[in-house]
Amino acid sequence: MNDPAPARELAIEAIALRKTFGTLVAVEHLDLTVARGEVFGILGPNGSGKTTTIRMLCGLMAPTSGGATVVGCDITTDADTLRNRIGYMSQRFGLYGDLTVRENCRFYASLYGLRGAGREGRLDELMQELDLGTRSDQRAGTLSGGLKQRVALACAIAHHPQLLFLDEPTAGVDPAARRSFWKVIYALADKGTTIVVTTHYMDEAAKLQRIALLTRGHLIALGTPDEVTRQFGLPTIEDVFVELQRRDEGAAV
Amino acid sequence: MITWIRGLLLWPMVRKEFIQLRRDPGTLVMILGIPAMQLLLFGFAVRTEVHHLPTVVLDQSRTPESRLLIETIVQTQNFDIVGTVSDRAAIEHEITIGHARAAVIISPDFARSLKRGETADAQVLVDAANPLASSAAISGAALVTTVLPGKLADHPVDARMPIDLRVRPWYNPGGESSMFVVPGLVAVMLTITMLVVMSGAIVKEREVGTLEQLVVTPISKASLLLGKVIPFVIIAYIQMTNVLVLGYVVFHVPIRGSLLLLYALSGLFILAVLGMGLLVATFAKSQASAQQLAFGFTMPSILLSGFIFPLEAMPRVAQYIGHILPITYYLDIVRGILLKGSGIDVLWQPALYLAGFSIVTLSISVRRFAKTVE
Repeated sequence: MNDPAPARELAIEAIALRKTFGTLVAVEHLDLTVARGEVFGILGPNGSGKTTTIRMLCGLMAPTSGGATVVGCDITTDADTLRNRIGYMSQRFGLYGDLTVRENCRFYASLYGLRGAGREGRLDELMQELDLGTRSDQRAGTLSGGLKQRVALACAIAHHPQLLFLDEPTAGVDPAARRSFWKVIYALADKGTTIVVTTHYMDEAAKLQRIALLTRGHLIALGTPDEVTRQFGLPTIEDVFVELQRRDEGAAV
Repeated sequence: MITWIRGLLLWPMVRKEFIQLRRDPGTLVMILGIPAMQLLLFGFAVRTEVHHLPTVVLDQSRTPESRLLIETIVQTQNFDIVGTVSDRAAIEHEITIGHARAAVIISPDFARSLKRGETADAQVLVDAANPLASSAAISGAALVTTVLPGKLADHPVDARMPIDLRVRPWYNPGGESSMFVVPGLVAVMLTITMLVVMSGAIVKEREVGTLEQLVVTPISKASLLLGKVIPFVIIAYIQMTNVLVLGYVVFHVPIRGSLLLLYALSGLFILAVLGMGLLVATFAKSQASAQQLAFGFTMPSILLSGFIFPLEAMPRVAQYIGHILPITYYLDIVRGILLKGSGIDVLWQPALYLAGFSIVTLSISVRRFAKTVE
């Protein structure tokens, strides 16, 4: 659990990553490493730069300065290869409500170049792994939040990504569904998939292997949840979070 | 080559788009049903020529000559005699209460003047509340009154004499507006539905959050847009064929030129309209705002393109706007090919404009789109 990142092969290595929008600094000089197979969290209040960081690491947004290598690809020069190696699941799930579960998965799998029998075999596998077999012909729009989340996950991992970004994946999902979701995520990590997640749920954050705390674009803490709470002298991650938000608001006034 | 095409990832997009269309009866009705309805509505109801204007007659001459005049006027089919009156006050009354829209007044000395070779005095009054209708009626009547005296002088009482007074505009011998309106409707229908459907389809992806998911996949932004455009090109062709067949069967709109040329040049127009739709989508935040923005294009496309009102009669600013809109050029193409049998030697200029317009709107859209999803 306390494996220091550099000891293993790196999935993400960001150096002095910086992004500005006009005069607003969204991310300031971010140095970050994430090891392969690690379950890593990026936490912070709204507007702290989490989303911007993830968008840059996905190759969607060019950094203003600095750079990063993600699963062996330079995010600015090799974004096309990068996209083939990563998966992304957003808070809004990105499903087509008028397509069935299987059609959604088939569509996204096809966009990653999966075709024919290979693709259909992989879809069968996903339906089974994520326990979606009985739902595969149901329209995604009629599913509950927890089921939508599983379908979205199936779409995001159909192409066996080396790195999976989860942006607030459990927002609006009931506790039982959250628990089974995390089980699947940890199983993926055991098989070597790197997981980078943002979350608002502090109980979830406490279970992550390492976390980075961002506030107003600055990285202010990095380490295991225990290390981070110790650094602030507070009992839980939630306390640290509340403290950060208090400071933020204080700064704003 | 094949791997390169596969790399574009167009087919998954196109297939997905068609599944969605098949499951969305509302959009299909809008694309195929509404044009058919509009066609029947416009084809039958919107007529710029006037047939059978209810007319009263004040014949103060009561001679074979005056009756011949009335008969001639009726023969133009512009006027239907609904009654005779005995004085001018009665005419005013009939028109005011709406029984009549026109009146023919023949002076007491009509026949005498004719026989003496003087100007015979007859008058046609038209209710000018609808200027379009009345101007058509007036031009019909004017012909009658200029042609008739000469004919009468030669054959004073022969009621069977062949007086040919029909207006004979080129390419549309009956002066029938359905000939003019139906080809125009092909253009208008394509503009309205494709603009709304195309912009809506993109904005919906953004609203639902699927766009966010699509941009992290390996598909390029240009392919993504192209994959959304291709199905609508096919749908647009189906819609166009639909309107053409109905126009041919119901209104007997001729196809004098090359159908192949029509379909080829229509492709340019379809791309131009879809390009506009994409452009609208890059500005619109929601489906509702996309529809309103699209409306900003459809109204001028109907009013300032020459679809109903001739462009030449418009103020200069309106003409400038009309000359930016692709539909203005497509109207030349579709009317030219269907009604006049024009070929590419005549139509290359509007075709070139449409091609240019498509390239410009599509490339601006791709660029703006790339920025907005970043």
